[in-house]
Amino acid sequence: MIKTLLAQVRQYKKASLLAPLFTGLEVLMEVLIPFVTASIIDKGIEAGDLGQVYRYGLLMLLMAFLSLCFGVLAGRYAASASSGFACNLRDAMYQNVQTFSFSNIDKFSTAGLVTRMTTDVTNLQNAYQMILRIAVRSPLMLICSMIMCFFISARLSLIFLAAIVVLSAALVYIMLHTTRIFNEVFRRYDDLNASVQENVSAIRVVKAFVREDHENTKFQKAADNLYRLFVKAEGLLALNNPVMMFVVYGCILALSWFGAHFIVVGSLTTGELTSLFSYVMSVLMSLMMLSMVFVMITMSAASARRIAEVLNERPDLADPDQPDTEIPDGSIDFDHVSFSYKHGSGEKTLRDIDLHIKAGETVGIIGGTGSGKSSLVNLISRLYDVDEGCVKVGGKDVRSYDMELLRNQVAVVLQKNVLFTGTILDNLRWGKEDATLEECQEACRLACADEFIQRFPDKYDTWIEQGGTNVSGGQKQRLCIARALLKKPKILILDDSTSAVDTATDASIRRAFAQSIPGTTKLIIAQRISSVQDADRILVLDNGRVCGFDTHENLLKTNPIYREICEAQSSAGGDFDQPGDSGKDGAQ
Amino acid sequence: MSHTTASQKKSTDIRQLVATLGRVLGYMLKNYKFSFFMVVVCILGSALASVQGALFTQRLIDDYIAPLTRSVTPDYGPLAAALLRVAFFYAVGILCAYGYNRIMVNISQGTMRNLRIELFRHMESLPIRYFDTHAHGDIMSVYTNDVDTLRQLISQSIPQVINSLVTVITSFVSMLVLDIPLTLITLAMIAVMLLVTSRIAGRSALYFSRQQKDLGTVNAYIEEMMDGQKVVKVFCHEEKSIEQFRKLNDALRDSADKANTFSNLTMPINANLGNISYVLCAVVGAVLALSGYAGLTLGTLVSFLTLNKNATQPVSQISMQTNSIVMAMAGAKRIFDLMDEQPETDEGYVTLVNAREKADGTMEECSERMNVWAWKHPHRDGTVTYTRLQGNVTFDGVDFGYTPEKIVLHDIKLYAEPGQKIAFVGSTGAGKTTITNLINRFYDIADGKIRYDGININKIKKADLRRSLGIVLQDTHLFTGTVMENIRYGRLDASDEECMAAAKLANADGFIRRLPDGYNTMFTGDGANLSQGQRQLLAIARAAVADPPVLILDEATSSIDTRTEELVQKGMDALMTGRTTFVIAHRLSTVKNSDCIMVLEQGRIIERGSHDQLIAQKGRYYQLYTGNAIAN
Repeated sequence: MIKTLLAQVRQYKKASLLAPLFTGLEVLMEVLIPFVTASIIDKGIEAGDLGQVYRYGLLMLLMAFLSLCFGVLAGRYAASASSGFACNLRDAMYQNVQTFSFSNIDKFSTAGLVTRMTTDVTNLQNAYQMILRIAVRSPLMLICSMIMCFFISARLSLIFLAAIVVLSAALVYIMLHTTRIFNEVFRRYDDLNASVQENVSAIRVVKAFVREDHENTKFQKAADNLYRLFVKAEGLLALNNPVMMFVVYGCILALSWFGAHFIVVGSLTTGELTSLFSYVMSVLMSLMMLSMVFVMITMSAASARRIAEVLNERPDLADPDQPDTEIPDGSIDFDHVSFSYKHGSGEKTLRDIDLHIKAGETVGIIGGTGSGKSSLVNLISRLYDVDEGCVKVGGKDVRSYDMELLRNQVAVVLQKNVLFTGTILDNLRWGKEDATLEECQEACRLACADEFIQRFPDKYDTWIEQGGTNVSGGQKQRLCIARALLKKPKILILDDSTSAVDTATDASIRRAFAQSIPGTTKLIIAQRISSVQDADRILVLDNGRVCGFDTHENLLKTNPIYREICEAQSSAGGDFDQPGDSGKDGAQ
Repeated sequence: MSHTTASQKKSTDIRQLVATLGRVLGYMLKNYKFSFFMVVVCILGSALASVQGALFTQRLIDDYIAPLTRSVTPDYGPLAAALLRVAFFYAVGILCAYGYNRIMVNISQGTMRNLRIELFRHMESLPIRYFDTHAHGDIMSVYTNDVDTLRQLISQSIPQVINSLVTVITSFVSMLVLDIPLTLITLAMIAVMLLVTSRIAGRSALYFSRQQKDLGTVNAYIEEMMDGQKVVKVFCHEEKSIEQFRKLNDALRDSADKANTFSNLTMPINANLGNISYVLCAVVGAVLALSGYAGLTLGTLVSFLTLNKNATQPVSQISMQTNSIVMAMAGAKRIFDLMDEQPETDEGYVTLVNAREKADGTMEECSERMNVWAWKHPHRDGTVTYTRLQGNVTFDGVDFGYTPEKIVLHDIKLYAEPGQKIAFVGSTGAGKTTITNLINRFYDIADGKIRYDGININKIKKADLRRSLGIVLQDTHLFTGTVMENIRYGRLDASDEECMAAAKLANADGFIRRLPDGYNTMFTGDGANLSQGQRQLLAIARAAVADPPVLILDEATSSIDTRTEELVQKGMDALMTGRTTFVIAHRLSTVKNSDCIMVLEQGRIIERGSHDQLIAQKGRYYQLYTGNAIAN
């Protein structure tokens, strides 16, 4: 995991090395400064020599200036290394997601991916900067200060060793316990936020059933639990300060006692004693800092793991080594195809499908939820790979084609479709980058979208908000169809793409297809019988198997499932048209 | 000109910041006055102890070590006694330090708990309008981001600032005791440090806010593209999407780099200003001591120098906290904005009570549940009348607009007898959902009257009004919990048997029993593993267990497969029997079976009547119904 992440440092390696280097130099200066201070006291003040005071004072000023320069440079490089590292992480994740196949995408939720690329990366960025600066600074400070102490008085330094042992033991104990509680805390914290989320989105239900008090009580209980855990964790952390004080004071007392003896004997000067006092502080402070870094790192470990998960995800589809570069025609063949979303799970979504569709044919597909309609068509443009058998387009296995070529020739209008921020024209040109306005208009006329676009004040330059929220469901679907038509595909697949379009418009779209693109193979998945009944043939799917593939009339006679669906829709279950999209929607 | 407005803006920003900070502190103090008093006592105790300690270093050299070096037979007795005395002070100091650190945990975490609960309670009390006019993501971000930054401020920054302040103050007191001129030098240097820090903080705050803006842009872009990732794949648009992302990502890197560079400056600059302050004091002190300036002994100077270091360190620590304080205050402001939103008001005084019918046909209040309810209506003259709850709803000349300027419903008149079914049809945006929002007073009408069993609904207590209305929304929301708990949401005191009976009525029993744990199956994340149809069945069961006389149904438009749809259909039909029902209809059968159909267009009822009547009229309804035929 760490290797995966560190690989993303890339061009910021230099900055990542310079930052700790300058931090090191800065620390060196800081460690030497008390040494100079001691000289000011011993050789200057005690000896009554003002010249020495000036000399050492000047030296100290010089060192302070150097330390400042090193510090600024260290900060500069740490900032650019960490923000560059974060930038690379986001870039690498984003790039990797682009290589994902559909089954990879299914694994991650949109919200999950967004959090990983923003919050988690920011956490890592902060942790990285912290490591570059403090993780180098503290141990160096510790070591240098210790060396200086030994230099001054090896025997007195033993006091430090004892202090460090006591303090480290206490800190390790506190940290181990608190990180464990904190992990639990953050899990509860997520749960609490999840329940808020639930309330925000279901506020109408809460209010309609007058359940405000009920929700308040539930929330209060959760908040109380969280409080107790937090107090437990932070209560332990509250020991940090007193423990630190205990050790520092202990050191001062011991130093005073033994120091006095040494001075009397003459093996220590008063200046050295004051230097020792200030080294006590820096040694122990660096230990404290180190323990803080430790907490930071454990807290960001979860983020690191989630980022690595995305980076390590490998697309499970690959282009063939020597791809076919031409698709002869729009015929489709399924040769005994079986398919499941989780390979080898035994739960087959599609079982032994054997179908042969001629180029230019119009095929309707109907069946209940979960019968495998979408799964079936998704295999044609190789959004997923089959488990057994093979899917052929133009007589050749789809796995032999270059994926980009295949997907440009097999246009799918997905069930859950989206428009992107930008003008209508921008969105349409996803289908063909250099499409002219005329080409776009032509496609929109076919998809019955031109009529409502013309009624917008800005026509084809109308701005689409994120997710297409400013057009109605039916308008969105028609724009998506037009976008797919611009590819001029050999095969066009509509996956329940006219469900929000009224029956009249639905019918005219199908009529336009029949007249204008007769050579294109058309697959239409629908819930409404009326959307498929005039197709050349209708495929009836039930529980992942083909249970009928014939014309409307023949199916009515021979297929009980098809008959049942027809009857249900013509008697009671039919839709009362949603006329919003037929005529009035231009007003929006 | 622009300069003055900019500086004015800056001063109001700062005033606002201080005001928010004051409010946060006030909020902390509100419930923890005594604890806070104890904290102050402990801080003073620990401060006094450390002053003692600091002053001791001076005496150590002058009063103990110096005489010892001079005497031939050193007597360590006085030193040992002095050390013991100091040790005692230290012990007190340590205890006090633990005391205030530990109490601060209670204060800060307790404050966070109270804040969360109050925030949530307040949110629950807000009118639906608030949720309709604010993005849910923004409301959530108050809980996830803003409360969290405030938590960090309260539990980390505030204790650290307190600690630092204590050190600064105690060091100053000791410094003043030791030597006044040197203290002035130190003060001057600290003033310089504060000045530099505030300049740097200003610059870095600028870049930090740019960084937040860039982060927002990147966030929005990722969200949009990840949501449409499958479309990106289908259209082979990967390269382009990476290219666009790089541009935004690079802008973010740039602003993050600048912001961090500036904030990283604070530490070395302050630390080394501290060093300079040290040198100045050392040189001036040495000059003074050597020139025989009164009272400045070697020991005093040495302890003073230690104090100088102690005083400048916390100043740089506090300055490092300024960024997080500024950021937390921005979050705190959003939290208080939400808490200052006007809650839903309720002037209703008519309540719903259990009742029984007396022999003479009038109603009488009773405490036990009789499955008969009455509206208890107190009058101004002190008398109370009871009206039987029946489910009679009338609209009389109702106008409504979400904003006063734009009226979306005009002069709506309708009359629903108990048990009747009223269907609303019409295009998207015609006002169907709006009408149903008015009956349960999610929104209040601008003009006209709505009466429930003859009582103006403005006089009815909102809770009781809503309790008498069942509602099944288009999008079904489920709560974390078991299936049983979700059904029981309709009526909290319903028994398991009643819940199961409701599920059977709603046709949901069948699929529930097939779930892994039946009625005890847990749902998380809004019941994500259920199909749309199954969720609707649960929503119907939930309304059925509440058993209200009036129902509002918003039929789902999303396509569900024919078989489940049939189940939903039957469930809805069973639920509607014997109840006054307002239904926003999308299904043919629902419309056909209605007692009265209201055709809405642009906020007006343009046609009304039964299915046959409307077909005969050959108006808009006829057009809608035969849409297919006309297009052909």
